[in-house]
Amino acid sequence: MITIIDYGAGNIKSIANMLSAIGVASRVAATAEDIGSAERLILPGVGHFDHGMANLSERGFVEALNRRVLADRVPLLGICLGAQLLTRGSKEGELPGLGWIDADTVAFDRSRMHRALKVPHMGWADTWQLRQHPLLAPMDEDARYYYVHSFHLACDHPEDAIAEARHGFDFTVGIARGNIAGFQFHPEKSHRFGMGILKAFAGWKPGEPTW
Amino acid sequence: MVSEEKRQRGSRRVRVMPTLLIDRDGRLIKTVKFGKRTYIGDPINAVKIFNRKEVDELILFDIDASVDRREPNYALIEDIVSEAFMPVGYGGGIHTLDHIVKLYACGLEKVVLTSALKDGTALIEEAARRFGSQAIVACLPVKKPLLRSHGVFVRSGRQALDDGPVALAEKVVTAGAGEIILYAIDRDGTYQGLDIDLIRHVSDAVDIPVVACGGASDIEDMRRAIVEGGASAVAAGSLFVYSAPGKGVLISYPSQERLTAELFSLLRN
Repeated sequence: MITIIDYGAGNIKSIANMLSAIGVASRVAATAEDIGSAERLILPGVGHFDHGMANLSERGFVEALNRRVLADRVPLLGICLGAQLLTRGSKEGELPGLGWIDADTVAFDRSRMHRALKVPHMGWADTWQLRQHPLLAPMDEDARYYYVHSFHLACDHPEDAIAEARHGFDFTVGIARGNIAGFQFHPEKSHRFGMGILKAFAGWKPGEPTW
Repeated sequence: MVSEEKRQRGSRRVRVMPTLLIDRDGRLIKTVKFGKRTYIGDPINAVKIFNRKEVDELILFDIDASVDRREPNYALIEDIVSEAFMPVGYGGGIHTLDHIVKLYACGLEKVVLTSALKDGTALIEEAARRFGSQAIVACLPVKKPLLRSHGVFVRSGRQALDDGPVALAEKVVTAGAGEIILYAIDRDGTYQGLDIDLIRHVSDAVDIPVVACGGASDIEDMRRAIVEGGASAVAAGSLFVYSAPGKGVLISYPSQERLTAELFSLLRN
């Protein structure tokens, strides 16, 4: 059973639809107690970083997540803004993030991009692995994913970055450490490529941190 | 493991999006120049076919909602979206924040505002603040009346707005729209190619993605809209619902191999 965290900043229904299409049961967490009893968590998210963080705090979800994810080591997948919230903070806002991964969320550096490329980065991008990871096992040569974002992930430690794509330049789109992972793209809106990743997450048994 | 090779080969992709028009009875139809209608079929069936063809994104328009002065058909939209394994945007009959809240509850990724622009950009501002710019698209239906310059015409092409396409594009960006669909009314359903000059004018004026729509007859038209027009994505109706101009209904979409060979590989990274 996957628990999708509803904190008023994500498209819960798309994720639930896609999980149901691949035969994975899900429920929605609307309270801190729901998070406390979750076996596996998805943190979705669209919109402004501070709005997302404020909504998580307001509902008492930050403490609940720290307990369930950091202490109890329940697997968690962040999607889009949900992945950015795993970092220390974002150039988009002022509030600190969850800070679980030593990374920042930064703006696209327009000086490194051809002017035909616009921000937000909106659309599909070829996406490749930087290292082996169980969630990326289904990723094949043709793997492409749907992106919508104006800010991107930047890790301190290359070991935490597991996937990359290009919009003007190559940037990190997948981060993982121990039982925590996040993707900038939307697996729930990326056809069979995303289904593969969600299926892998449903069966993921993270070990200890790999470094 | 897929890595270095793919990085080397990785080319820029642009979205190629089917537009699906639904009428007041929830039927899938196709128009010519926003006028004459042809019945295409059942929208949910079309979405299922587009799933199999792994299309990039779908844009759904209820073309009667604003003219009828009614709200979106939420039940139908929810049914359509729950079948879609790709992002879906919806436009038609959206006039209040409450409509937008209800539409997101249907599972949509984006809402497309058109007729609401007759009352200015306040709704875009409000909606972008609440849902983020990435979720708010402004659609500018444009035509060029005889002896006059290009104008924006909302409510299914019936009501002219004061601002021209470039001025309005700049305003919707300032208000917080994350994307603009530029829909050439005169070319709708005509296969005469996209309006490259119009696309160029608008895409030069804004820093957000511009989706070119109206008149696409093949992938070469799309390539021109991207390379010469500066569009970030292309949308088309007739091309993806008819087997050929003047021929029968056939839901289709080019293969990734074709799109890569005839479009993506020709773009600058």
